[in-house]
Amino acid sequence: MSEKLVIVGNGMAPGRMLEHLFETAPGRFEVTIFNAEPRVNYDRIMLSPVLSGEKSFDDIVIHGDGWYVKNGVTLYKGHRIVAIDRAAKTVTSDQGVTQAYDRLVIATGSTPFVPPVPGKDLPGVLAYRDLDDVEAMILAAQSRAKAVVIGGGLLGLEAAAGLRAQGLDVTVLHLMPTLMERQLDPAAGYLLQKALEKRGIEVITNANTKAILGETKVEGVELADGRVIPATLVVMAVGIRPAAGLAKDAGLDIGRGILVDAHMRTSDPAILALGECVEVEGRVYGLVAPLYQMAEVAARTLAGVDGAGFKHSDTPTKLKVTGIDLYSVGDFAEGGDREEIVLRDASAGVYKRLVVKDNKVLGAVLYGETADGGWFSDLMKKGTDIAEMRETLIFGQSYQGGSPLDPMAAVAALGDDAEICGCNGVCKGKITSAITAKGLTSLDEVRSHTKASASCGTCTGLVEQLMSLTLGDAFNPNAVKPMCACTTLSHGDVRRLIQAKGLKSIPAVMQELEWKTSCGCAKCRPALNYYLLADWPGEYQDDKQSRFINERVHANIQKDGTYSVVPRMWGGMTSAKELRAIADVVEKYDIPAVKCTGGQRIDMLGVKKEDLPAVWADLNAAGMVSGAAYAKGLRTVKTCVGTDWCRFGTQDSTGLGVKLEKFMWGSWTPAKLKMAVSGCPRNCAEATCKDIGVICVDSGYDIHFAGAAGLDIHGTQVLCHVDTEGEAIEVIAALTQLYREQGHYLERIYKWLKRVGMESIRTAIVDDLDKRRAYFDRFVYSQQFAQVDPWAERAQGRTASHEFKPMADLTFREAAE
Amino acid sequence: MSQPSASALRFLAIGRLGDIPRRGARCVVVPFGRIAVFRTADDRVFATEDRCPHKGGPLSQGIVHDGRVTCPLHSQVIALDTGLVQGPDEGQVRTFPVRLAADGETIELGLAPADLAASFPQAAE
Repeated sequence: MSEKLVIVGNGMAPGRMLEHLFETAPGRFEVTIFNAEPRVNYDRIMLSPVLSGEKSFDDIVIHGDGWYVKNGVTLYKGHRIVAIDRAAKTVTSDQGVTQAYDRLVIATGSTPFVPPVPGKDLPGVLAYRDLDDVEAMILAAQSRAKAVVIGGGLLGLEAAAGLRAQGLDVTVLHLMPTLMERQLDPAAGYLLQKALEKRGIEVITNANTKAILGETKVEGVELADGRVIPATLVVMAVGIRPAAGLAKDAGLDIGRGILVDAHMRTSDPAILALGECVEVEGRVYGLVAPLYQMAEVAARTLAGVDGAGFKHSDTPTKLKVTGIDLYSVGDFAEGGDREEIVLRDASAGVYKRLVVKDNKVLGAVLYGETADGGWFSDLMKKGTDIAEMRETLIFGQSYQGGSPLDPMAAVAALGDDAEICGCNGVCKGKITSAITAKGLTSLDEVRSHTKASASCGTCTGLVEQLMSLTLGDAFNPNAVKPMCACTTLSHGDVRRLIQAKGLKSIPAVMQELEWKTSCGCAKCRPALNYYLLADWPGEYQDDKQSRFINERVHANIQKDGTYSVVPRMWGGMTSAKELRAIADVVEKYDIPAVKCTGGQRIDMLGVKKEDLPAVWADLNAAGMVSGAAYAKGLRTVKTCVGTDWCRFGTQDSTGLGVKLEKFMWGSWTPAKLKMAVSGCPRNCAEATCKDIGVICVDSGYDIHFAGAAGLDIHGTQVLCHVDTEGEAIEVIAALTQLYREQGHYLERIYKWLKRVGMESIRTAIVDDLDKRRAYFDRFVYSQQFAQVDPWAERAQGRTASHEFKPMADLTFREAAE
Repeated sequence: MSQPSASALRFLAIGRLGDIPRRGARCVVVPFGRIAVFRTADDRVFATEDRCPHKGGPLSQGIVHDGRVTCPLHSQVIALDTGLVQGPDEGQVRTFPVRLAADGETIELGLAPADLAASFPQAAE
């Protein structure tokens, strides 16, 4: 019986805690979350790019609705918990839902601190805390408002930059003499102020807000010195306070926040707390890195696993304003026993300051050039003795040890325990071992496996450098990965442009899209040939010279230059006549090996190229066609014997398999397409590791897709259930057509799904019947040009067969003369 | 990989330009194996041994692009004029002189007498 785990709050900390928990103790808890915000878990530190318009909300979602479903989490959106009854072990929401718990986690986060000035409750006064605030600001921006941001700290400045990017006039009011005084020294604060002013943001320091003016809405801000700044929007970004009210009402011990021990336990053993709402060892936190550390600790505590408790460490600060590079870490106050190392380059706008004591780095402030931030932070954390490199320390890692290192070498030189991603506490060793062990090749994969660069993203460059260091040429860091060296365009771009510009031949594509080579290469030509064939059925003439040899000669080349030949056996069914013809062919052409394939076919191996046309002619004569075992196209449909023979069969799986194969053979797809139909969930045809699979059940047909059992092993995912055989065929053909139109060349269906997402596929194929029908119709149309047996064409001499004979034989030439 | 001097070569007619598709290849059987004869998109003709230096793949079955061919077995890319395997791989395949006769159509392959020697036992019979 699983325990009831209830979580109050759905921010980044509890979200991360659950990820850890599901990994270490899967199935142990039945989880219910109450979220006062009416939405899923999103990356709050990325609100600034949403405000500036550089990202959308969808971009910053951490856990989509599907995640909650998949993990069996009940999420109450828009429910604020108003009471905890510790005796009864229940919580009650403002919407009247009462939920019992065995373990409770409080993660109520923080509330913006609003200074008690007159007018603070006027309409038009906002905090900068969640998506609602951001949406309100974006709305205000549309009416060409004039904004005042109160608070020149991290949050206030990001808000100011975002509002400015939305086109508002922005003034920042800051109580202290320089901006971000908790993270920056006065010199860096001054540079930052100049940079903001250059962007059109007015900055007033030593600004003590006396009142917010206005009758029914905000009209301005009055300072203590009597100045009045007109405003239609006021953003309060003075600071945050732990939201501990709920815990306090429940009688838990409270300091500045909810008091927890190093294992995130409150004064009630059944209740944990984590995030911005807690006070641990005398500190409260507002940056994500320590919160994620708390998440890890809390998950261990819940799972009953031993491990280190929470431990304070200095978190570097970075300002997420595009075009302003700023980094600070540690303690950089001046002091009698401290030395400073300062580098100023006014023309380049660079300022760096290191605070050193006893030959150890205590803190660093970098402005304008922050690449060495991680290195300085590492030196600080490890307490490295810097006496040897003191002279050149400020110039950064590249200048240590003689000749300057390139950035790659600098990353290579980092130790395995060097921290790369501060937000998520991911070190170099963890990233490189994940890349190697799990075969990761893209930034997205590294992010999903290690979390490195998955939060604020400022370490993305470092992670990419690590990837190219680990993977070599296999990694291309450009967001747009070109098809090949002949072009700068990606597969996606090329497909789009072929459609948009109506390009209908390989030379037209190469001309219009400015190919860098005269006639492409062995990577792009087969891809272009496929795209044109798929996009312009009946119009585009297949270019044989742009096909890989197997598709050119309709057989599979082997290591010794001979070929293997596989005839089609519809649905895996064969007959005495076919077997006899195969036996005859094997003897007649002295074929050295005959083997059963994994796709229920017979493979003849070691056929000489010269013999291919005659072999095909003989097989054709017995009614067999090419099995396309070489094709980036429909390969095989495996079946079990279904209701014909099997006592468990629920449907005619063999019949459906044969129908599918006869309907779909000949179609070209981005990569090979293997299918199977199983007559019952015992799944003897192994349909759940195929590109498309059908599992017959009493009530109809479950349609699966995106399985793989090769380099990668994936079970299929269920697309939908249909009641009739006709519907099954329609859905499968429509799905195949969608894949044909969207897939990148050589991208298997499971990779395509990963790229475009299940939702878009379901929308097109399952939810919208008109769309499904349109895809189906396009598939049917293209099939009329595709279903030509290549063997018959060749064997009957309709296409050139000279390729199969040597053009000259000089062996006996001298003798003949 | 030294080439015999042109005077020592015998140029033998092996077929016509039209016998090879553009961006394609065909083979010529010789006593020591097969020679692949390539025709590029702009009608240049090249000849190399039909054996990739990597694992012996038949180069005549590869995709021809610009002055290069990509081996069908493991995608080594080989320059047709020099026979050099293109970076980052290494190796070289033997090339043979090949030319178009005065009629502009007949392809002639240059072979050294030693290359043809293996066929003389038949001639001696």
